[in-house]
Parts: sequence; structure tokens; C-alpha cells
Amino acid sequence: MKEKTALFSLFGDKKKRGRFVSFAIVIAAYIIIEILLKSGSLSSLFKSLLVPITCYVVASIGLNLNVGISGELNLGQAGFMSVGAFCAICVSGILAGTVTAGIPRLIIAIICGAVLAGIFGFVIGIPVLKLQGDYLAIVTLAFGQIIKSIFMNTYIGFDSDGLHFSFVDSKFKLQPGGKMLLNGPMGATGTQKIANFTVGIILVLIALLIVYNLMFSRSGRAIMAARDNRIAAESVGIPISRTKMLAFVVSASLAGAAGGLYGLNYATLVPNKFDFNTSILILVYVVLGGLGNMTGTIISTVVLILLPELLRSLQDYRMLIYAVVLILIMLVTNNDWLKTKWKSLTSRKAKGGASNG
Amino acid sequence: MADHTDNNVKTPVLDVQELGIDFGGLTAVNDLNMQVYDGEIVGLIGPNGAGKTTVFNLLTKVYKPSRGRIIFDGKDTAGKSVVDINKAGIARTFQNIRLFGNLSVLDNVKTGFHNVTPYSPITAILRLPKYFTSEREIDEKARDLLKIMELDKFADYTASNLPYGAQRRLEIARALATNPKLLLLDEPAAGMNPQETSELMDMIRFVRDHFKIAILLIEHDMKLVMGICERITVLNYGMMLAQGTPEEIQSNPEVIKAYLGD
Repeated sequence: MKEKTALFSLFGDKKKRGRFVSFAIVIAAYIIIEILLKSGSLSSLFKSLLVPITCYVVASIGLNLNVGISGELNLGQAGFMSVGAFCAICVSGILAGTVTAGIPRLIIAIICGAVLAGIFGFVIGIPVLKLQGDYLAIVTLAFGQIIKSIFMNTYIGFDSDGLHFSFVDSKFKLQPGGKMLLNGPMGATGTQKIANFTVGIILVLIALLIVYNLMFSRSGRAIMAARDNRIAAESVGIPISRTKMLAFVVSASLAGAAGGLYGLNYATLVPNKFDFNTSILILVYVVLGGLGNMTGTIISTVVLILLPELLRSLQDYRMLIYAVVLILIMLVTNNDWLKTKWKSLTSRKAKGGASNG
Repeated sequence: MADHTDNNVKTPVLDVQELGIDFGGLTAVNDLNMQVYDGEIVGLIGPNGAGKTTVFNLLTKVYKPSRGRIIFDGKDTAGKSVVDINKAGIARTFQNIRLFGNLSVLDNVKTGFHNVTPYSPITAILRLPKYFTSEREIDEKARDLLKIMELDKFADYTASNLPYGAQRRLEIARALATNPKLLLLDEPAAGMNPQETSELMDMIRFVRDHFKIAILLIEHDMKLVMGICERITVLNYGMMLAQGTPEEIQSNPEVIKAYLGD
């Protein structure tokens, strides 16, 4: 008991401890999975889910910054993912000849995806974040739909002449040796799969670091103050729209980075992949994990991605059981009796720590 | 009692000239003239609905005045936003308490340092050296303020779990964190018992002397107003009814009529 207290006191107060826990969980999960991979005991289905899981974890950490910390509802996180994905695919395709090594190309592509998604977020945020209420939800919902339609009608080709771009298929002829990067409704085809699990885990750690470092700083306090009481926040000199913009752009960039990794994990990717359902799915991960709770978000994302796959043997009943499990989790986590039990458990621990320290 | 004849030679920190505001056909404040000098505690009193809080909202630019001028620290404040006016040096508390309910008591005060000890989000994300020096400074200053307002034992509490009186004191601490030249207190003693009120009076005096700021306060508790204010302005129906020392106000027949009726 005493050693445990000393260990915890190393990491200071409860908030910092929560931070440590989420980093520890990610690193522990990585080590375990690497060991399982080496021993060859992972099924190919599970292996194929590793990178997508890290992508969705990054996107939900970003969304939690926007929904949980900043208190603005965003229904277009998948839209920002698609911006990041197709940007990264194009960048990777263009650089395929010059940067032959996979990992540097992957990193450059992910950064480009994150930056472009951030720019999209900024442009959308300018008019919307000046308003109060659910406007951001409405506009991001529309953005998700619009960006999907745009990608469904975008044709980008790359050959020795450079980049070709059109909204109509037959507009350009490629030189021999050139290739189509984006192919309208068929999306990206023939993408080189350069994404890997280690980069995904590093991206998760970076996302956690960014969000936590932002949360426990001047900007984070301002973001939470603007959420809790707009009028009081302004009265202490916090510019509301600029503060909310910061959270929104960081959230969009993280979604873009997640999308970039996701896009380079598949040989083909259709724009329809990032539809409204995907946005809602990410929102479900965040809400179930707990608003403002990053550790919870990571766990709920992993569980909710694995659950439907594990239930695949139940065939038609799969989504039914998925829904029932969702409802059960919500009931259990909102149960007063369990909550007080949990509280009494954790507070006893805290009391013990105080008397020892 | 301070001698105010030499104050009149100095320029006031706050100079309100013929201030007025209309909401549609309703004139909430009209032709208000008022000055607050450095280091002064001034009371703003009046019956319910006299327009006292409206005056605060005008001073902090929540409302744009329909007429008149507000000169703060020698500069006209026309066209400034709520955020600008706080940066210029006016901080306030609210009649209906407005804390950041989910933040800790300490973090509530730390938000007040937003523009006093600024550093960029990039500094925060990359944890550059400036982050650590700034945060240490903010932490020290915030804890000092909590000590002054006797909130240090609540530092890690969630703000919304504080007792009522402590919430009011926390609002004052947060306002002081913004390093104001003028502090506006909107009914600071509301809901406090006589014991707490007398402690609050000592605190307000201490804050004035310690930070060398001017304080303008709205209050219904006459014991507090008469006890700590050096000058009092009385509002009735949005108009200034009287202005003077507590003794002058207490014996003013107009004021007695406004409060007690004919």
C-alpha cells in the first residue's frame, strides 16, 4: 500500500495521474500486441484492424477535445478524416518517385493531411464559432456531406507533366507511366500501403500529448472557461471565438492525421467510407468514453471497433447485440448505486494516500 | 476619512459623462454623471430596478450606451469590446454568480491571468521553457490571491461545490487576477450572514489597500455600504438621485423618500 502511494505521489495530483494512466495503457497495449505479432498468435482479421483502430483512436481523441473540453458539438469528424486521407494519398502518390522510403513518405503525407484538415477547420470555423449554440453541429454535419460529394466528383491524375485535376472524368489524358490518384466515386485506387501499426501508436501518443499539454495550460483553461460560462470568460479577457477556434482546428487536424494514416493503410479507399455514419460512430466512441476523458475514449474506441468483429459469428444478430451492449454500458456507467460504490472505493484510496503522505 | 478636495484636482480613473441607454422605449439609465478616483471605494445604491447592474453592464461594454461617454484611465472606451475593457483594467463580479463550475477553485483564479501572463498554445503543446516559468508564476500568484480571499483550503475543490459565500469570494479573486485598476463588485454580500459580511468588508478594504485599486460596488446591505464606502451614488429610475458621503446620503430626504416612500 505504501509503495503504491509513493508511486502515485510521483505523478502528483489526480489529473496528472489520469494522464499517466492513458499513456501507460497505450504503451502497454503496444508491447502486448507486438509480442503477440512476433509469436504469430494474432488472427489476420485482428491484424488488419490494428491500424484502423489507432486511426479512430486519434480521431476520437481529437473529437473529445472539441466536444468534451470545448463543449461544441461536431458532427463532421469523418469529413476532416476524408480530407486528411485523400490529401495524404495524393501526397504519397506524388512523392512515390522522389521519396522511395515508406516511413518518411508516410510521415510527410500525414502531416500534409493534418495541415489541410486544419485549414478546412479554420475556414469553416470563421463564421460559425462567432455564434452561440448548435450552429457548429449543423455546419459540420453539412461539411461532412459536402466534402464527401466533392471527393466523389474529383479526379486527380499525376504523370511526367505534373498534376492533373478535374471535376469531369474525361477532361485529361495521362502520359504513359502516369496514374490516377483520385478516381471520383471509385476513390483512390492502387495506393501503396505504407501505413504501419508502430506509426499508428506513435500518432496516438502524439495526439494524447497535444491534447493533454493543451488542456493543462493557459489555452486549455480558457477553452474550458469558455465552455463553462461564456459571459464570465469574456469578463476576464478571454476571446471566446478565438479560443473555440483553437480547439476546433486542433481537433480537425488530429482527424486529418488519423485520416492520412487510414488512407495509406488500404490499396483502395472510396469517399463513401467517410459518411455521416462514421462521424456519428466517432461521436459514440467519445460520448461512451466520457466527455473530456481521454483514457475512456481510447478504451471505448477499441472496444466498440472490436465488438462488431467479434460478434461476426452471430451473423444477422450482430448489430442487435451491438446495440444491446451499448445500452447496457450506458446503464451501468450511469447507475447511481455503482457510481457511489466506485466513489467510495476511490475516495478511500485517496484518503489512505493523504494520511500516508 | 480621506480628504476629497485634493482628489478633485487629479483626473479620475473612471469618468462617466451623461451616460444613458434605452431598451426600445424604456430608458434604463439616463444622464448619469459619476467619477471614481484612484484608491477609492464608491457605493452604487438604489431601490430594485433602479438600473445599477445596467450601469455595470455599460461600464464593461456588455451593453453599448445610447448616449454619453465613459472615460477610463483618461481614454474614451467607445467601441471597445468586453474583452478589451478587461484588458484596459476593469474587472467585475456578477450578481448571479458566474464561476467556471467544472474547473477547480485554483484553475478558476488561474483563468484570470489569461492576459496578465500570456504564452502561446505552441509553447504549451511543446512545453517550452516559457511554459514552466509562466505556469509557476501563475500558480504562485493564484495561490496568493486564494490566501487573501481565505480560499486556500478550497484550492482543489470543484468551484460549483463551494459554499455560497466562498463562491462570491472566488469571483472576487478571479477578477483581481486580471490585474485591474477598477474593480466592480455586484452585490458581493448577497446571501452572506452578518459574520461573513463583516469579514468581507475587511477583505474589500484590504484588497483596495494591497492592490491600490479603486472599487465600485453595488450593495443592498446598508451596513456594508455605509461602513466601507467613502462616497455613494444613489440611483432611482435610471437617474442619479444623490451623491455624497455616507453621512450626507443617510440624511438626504430624497433618498429616504425613494427607499421608504412618502
